[in-house]
Amino acid sequence: MKFTTEYLKEERSQEWREALRKSMKAKERTSMERIRMPEVDPNVRNKNNQEVNYGLKEEQALLESHRCLDCVDPTCIPGCPVNINIPKFIKKIEAKDFPGAATVLKETNALPAVCGRVCPQEVQCEVSCFYTRKLGKPAVAIGNLERFAADYERDSGRISVPVVEKSNGIKVGVIGSGPSGLAFAGDMIKLGYDVTVFEALHEIGGVLKYGIPEFRLPNTVVDVEIENLKKMGVNFRTNFIVGKTETMDDLKKVGFEAFFVGSGAGLPRFMNIPGENAIGIYSSNEYLTRINLMHAANPDYDTPIFSGKNVAVIGGGNTAMDSVRTAKRLGAERAMIIYRRSRTEMPARVEEVKHAEEEGIEFMNLHNPVAYFTDEKGRVTTVRVQKMELGEPDASGRRRPIPIEGSEFDIEVDTVVVAIGVSPNPLIPHMMPDLKVTDWGTIVVDKETMQTSIPWLFAGGDIVRGGATVILAMGDGRKAAEGMHRYLKEKVKKKS
Amino acid sequence: MNKILEKQFFSPDVAKMVLEAPEISKSRKAGHFVIIRIGEKGERIPLTIADADPDKGTITLVVQRVGVTSARFIALEPGDQVRDVVGPLGNPTHIEKAGTVLCAGGGVGVAPLLPIVEALKKAGNKVVTVLAARNKDLIILEEQMRTFSDEVIIMTDDGSYGEKGLVTHGMEKVINREKVDQAVVIGPAIMMKFAALTTKKYHIPTIASLNTIMVDGTGMCGACRVSVGGRTRFVCVDGPEFDAHQVDFDEMLKRLGAYKDQEREAYERYLKTVRS
Ligand SMILES: Cc1cc2nc3c(=O)[nH]c(=O)nc-3n(C[C@H](O)[C@H](O)[C@H](O)COP(=O)(O)OP(=O)(O)OC[C@H]3O[C@@H](n4cnc5c(N)ncnc54)[C@H](O)[C@@H]3O)c2cc1C
Ligand code: FES
Repeated sequence: MKFTTEYLKEERSQEWREALRKSMKAKERTSMERIRMPEVDPNVRNKNNQEVNYGLKEEQALLESHRCLDCVDPTCIPGCPVNINIPKFIKKIEAKDFPGAATVLKETNALPAVCGRVCPQEVQCEVSCFYTRKLGKPAVAIGNLERFAADYERDSGRISVPVVEKSNGIKVGVIGSGPSGLAFAGDMIKLGYDVTVFEALHEIGGVLKYGIPEFRLPNTVVDVEIENLKKMGVNFRTNFIVGKTETMDDLKKVGFEAFFVGSGAGLPRFMNIPGENAIGIYSSNEYLTRINLMHAANPDYDTPIFSGKNVAVIGGGNTAMDSVRTAKRLGAERAMIIYRRSRTEMPARVEEVKHAEEEGIEFMNLHNPVAYFTDEKGRVTTVRVQKMELGEPDASGRRRPIPIEGSEFDIEVDTVVVAIGVSPNPLIPHMMPDLKVTDWGTIVVDKETMQTSIPWLFAGGDIVRGGATVILAMGDGRKAAEGMHRYLKEKVKKKS
Repeated sequence: MNKILEKQFFSPDVAKMVLEAPEISKSRKAGHFVIIRIGEKGERIPLTIADADPDKGTITLVVQRVGVTSARFIALEPGDQVRDVVGPLGNPTHIEKAGTVLCAGGGVGVAPLLPIVEALKKAGNKVVTVLAARNKDLIILEEQMRTFSDEVIIMTDDGSYGEKGLVTHGMEKVINREKVDQAVVIGPAIMMKFAALTTKKYHIPTIASLNTIMVDGTGMCGACRVSVGGRTRFVCVDGPEFDAHQVDFDEMLKRLGAYKDQEREAYERYLKTVRS
């Protein structure tokens, strides 16, 4: 949903907003310090699975909300990939109407409690905040406030289950239960469709469940959202791989009219260097799945895992941070990041890098692995790394890492996690030769409607974008719901 | 949840389990496998579909007791539920008329070999099957194999049944006797390694069906990776069948043993709980 400038102006000129603005001088507001998110002590949390951030307390959220100036031209809104009406929800907090704040968030964001925790706010809304742009001060803590409002609503136990329109009897299928699929399902059920989500794994949630660890995004936060969707009438089928268990053609025969593909970017990449298939070398997907989905670190569960003493994680993204911090929590004496560029180029959320540093993670930036060596049983014992330096910016705009000849040296390791990125899940594109895909294997869609080259097939999230973010995936799901609704309406009209 | 409908022991350690799985029974082809998780705390393990009945909506799995999960599985009784069954996974066997096909199965590898033997026969091939095991008790599915094979040769390590010797002896006997156009080998990794070396000597195109460690079975984790022709491939989505002469069986053998210590400990713990 995109708000027009007029609409935002009108909203801003409502009496309650005007009154709040008058209640405190701008100068007073800007002289307030940004409230620090309370965190569990690094040396305690790096030994358990507790969520790192406690969340703002009511008083803290209230104080922070006063910092927001309710700008005439709220530049934060276009900074948000789904254009949350940010000043409005923050002013609702200032007015102590916390459930009202959550309602504002939900106008455009299906999963605010999730996004408040995992969005890279520092490069989205918060970088566009007046404080960052004009005052050179820390931005209003938009993400922390978003989390506060969403958590408040959930903890109050009075989550509003949205009104669902009368069933129109039209069956639609969703492939994949990650954020894009869940957001799509939520909007379609509201519109009266008969929605079934198919998920290959035994749990609903996609990366939110198998990838992002408990200490950053507790499962209960995701489960509440899924429960809500169930209450609204969405059907979930786990252990069902569309294209394998049944094909879309099979499903069309039993009445499905259209599908949304949110199958994610599930295929892990490796570097193809010597020794990479040694025992003890995992993809980050495998490492995190064993722990988050299969609970391998819990002795009551059967799935095994190596909780190494010397663990090297290759990469500099969120997945790398999640893996290395997990290794630390499993008892690693040395848990290190090996990253071929420098800290400034790291794609991970700034907060995650900071948290990792506090927790005692070692960073070997400007290093790249070139080979692995093993013992006679095939278990990895050594990684050979090469030093790197930064050259000219490449296509991604980041400075290109260049190997320094003759700089190789060896590091002792017993566990390695390769977290250098993922490729789009090839399953759906493979089984549909008519579907238009890019050279990278992502599905081509119309940017407004998310419709693919096959009219009854829509797509969004990582399968369209390559690796992206939760918020973009969710936004895609909502856009696709709008697009599919329009497509099916026309179809229904033509039929009658 | 998938209900167990039937259980039959082939030997004290090997059981046939028939499960309710209507959708999978309709979609599955020879060569496909499923991933199962017995209970909430269980691990995910791959098992090849040995047979299916789309009318009854059932699939048949043949399981050998090797660790905690397989032991728990064959301890279940008809009427019990398996928490998760997902599939069919992998690529089906490419079946064509090649002429004379030599099929070699070792241990429980005979179970996944059965549907392939059946399909090869139906495609008009002459099928010679070699079944190998440590002893007589471990030879399974002999009758069914005879139904679809032109000839069945039995090999046991101890000579308690059929001929005494390894699977490769049986294979060489056939190869030396007649022209073999293609070979299919399924069994323990070590058996496939030597079977592949044997057919390589005679330049017989050979397919092996690999049974690596898996987690998701959908190409998401890479736990199942093997080197084939110097390239890393994922068994769950690129396989499970590969050109046996290209597979790095030594690497695969090592990877299969990755959790040996943990598995043994877990199994010992499990045995204690069953006994007490
Ligand atoms: C460890 C990790 C940390 C991350 N951290 C962040 C972060 O902090 N902030 C952020 O914004 N983003 C983060 N991301 C990225 C973010 O999680 C993804 O961009 C987002 O989850 C993509 O959502 P999606 O809906 O496209 O697919 P996914 O979440 O990938 O879900 C796809 C689902 O589809 C299922 N599926 C696939 N094919 C089929 C089929 N044929 N039939 C049935 N089901 C199928 C899969 O099993 C999977 O469950 C992180 C990713 C990882 C891996
Ligand atoms: S089992 Fe995970 S990729 Fe094959």
